[in-house]
Amino acid sequence: MGPSHPGGGVSLVADTARWLADGEHWTGSDGVPARLVEHLTVSGAAVALAALVALPVALWLGHIGRGGLLVVGLANASRAVPTFGVLIILVATPVGFGDRATVVALLLFAIPAILTNAYVGVRDVDKDARDAARGMGMSGWQVLRRVEVPLALPLILAGLRTASVQVVATATLAAYVGGGGLGRLIADGFGRADPAMTAAGGVLVAALALLVEVVLGAVQKRVTPGPRRRMPASAVDAAALPV
Amino acid sequence: MLAQDEPPNPWVSVDYVRDNADAILAATREHVTLTLVSVVLGLLLAVPLALLARRFRRLETPVVGFAGVLYTIPSLALFAVLAPVTGLSEKTVVIGLTAYTLLVLVRNVLAGLDGVPDDVREAARGMGVGGLQMLARVELPLALPAIVAGLRVATVSTVALVTVGVVVGHGGLGQLLFAGFNNNLYRAEIFTATALCVLLALAADLLLLGAERLLTPWARRTRAAA
Repeated sequence: MGPSHPGGGVSLVADTARWLADGEHWTGSDGVPARLVEHLTVSGAAVALAALVALPVALWLGHIGRGGLLVVGLANASRAVPTFGVLIILVATPVGFGDRATVVALLLFAIPAILTNAYVGVRDVDKDARDAARGMGMSGWQVLRRVEVPLALPLILAGLRTASVQVVATATLAAYVGGGGLGRLIADGFGRADPAMTAAGGVLVAALALLVEVVLGAVQKRVTPGPRRRMPASAVDAAALPV
Repeated sequence: MLAQDEPPNPWVSVDYVRDNADAILAATREHVTLTLVSVVLGLLLAVPLALLARRFRRLETPVVGFAGVLYTIPSLALFAVLAPVTGLSEKTVVIGLTAYTLLVLVRNVLAGLDGVPDDVREAARGMGVGGLQMLARVELPLALPAIVAGLRVATVSTVALVTVGVVVGHGGLGQLLFAGFNNNLYRAEIFTATALCVLLALAADLLLLGAERLLTPWARRTRAAA
């Protein structure tokens, strides 16, 4: 366990580096790899479930071109709700302690980003492309599957990226309601008054969030055709501006 | 203990609010203060940063990129890295929350300034307005709707994020939330704190919207004409 840091600053950086370099912290059920697996399992489950709920609704609403006010309103309203509050409220319901409450809270907050981006992506598909597809005799379902979804794919992925980064970040809070994940390092570090452990946890969580952002950003770029790479990175940002 | 022996634990309780009015008020006050200080500091940093990025276009990508990196760092992680240096203090929370406001504020100030029509600038220049006056009397007022839009998003997100400050002992209403959690899941405390948080965010949003309407009477005229 690291010494305390009355002077802060330089010695903290050294102690944090030492904590991270210590092989002992990388083994066992409370080691970094085990915590990372817990973190990614909970996050992955939350994003997958959120996508399962949000994508069909978003694609359908985008296809029929309705419900825009509802979708954007939901995204804006969700910003006002503290995740920590919802997490603790869930714990006080039959959902109970641990990973289940975490997954439910995380998925609730992942839905708006996925919903808004996929909805805007499908809704804003070029009218000419849609008409041409209809003219070729495609049914509504075929238009959606073969024209709208492929053209909306960059924004659909933007929503998944935004949601994933947010979920990975928020999953850290799980440690405070008896869950696992990398947040445990931060919570236990505070609990044991071990600043090096706290800071090491912070560094690892920050690195993970940035990594997810960079990797999913690269995937999104890959599926975006060249001329369209300059469009807004995420419709949630665009939706933030007033009408 | 048998189920029917369990004491009632309602989500909404007038008794709870009445008996703990002082604690609720104090937590709300801390919540408002932390939000206000963070957003104002964020704006004071964002305007010069946006001006810099506009004056030297090459700086735009690094400035917005840096704000984006800060924004991606989870709040709990940022507090964890800051706390050993800045202590279990309000300072830690304010630094973190200020950092989060930068992305949306810089971006919206830039967008607002970029949206000022060149004709308007020309006309103002023709009237002998230049330099700082141009900025203060022409550009910033016209950029106000975009800036306020950014402020609204930043404020609403900040109100929600303050709760995470509980990890360093300064989370405003987050303190009540966590106390309720530790107090055998005291539902009235948990729910009241969360509800107040949401109400606070909505109130701040409406306040900013109202301020914008007041400050941009010309926009109202065009809205009515349209």
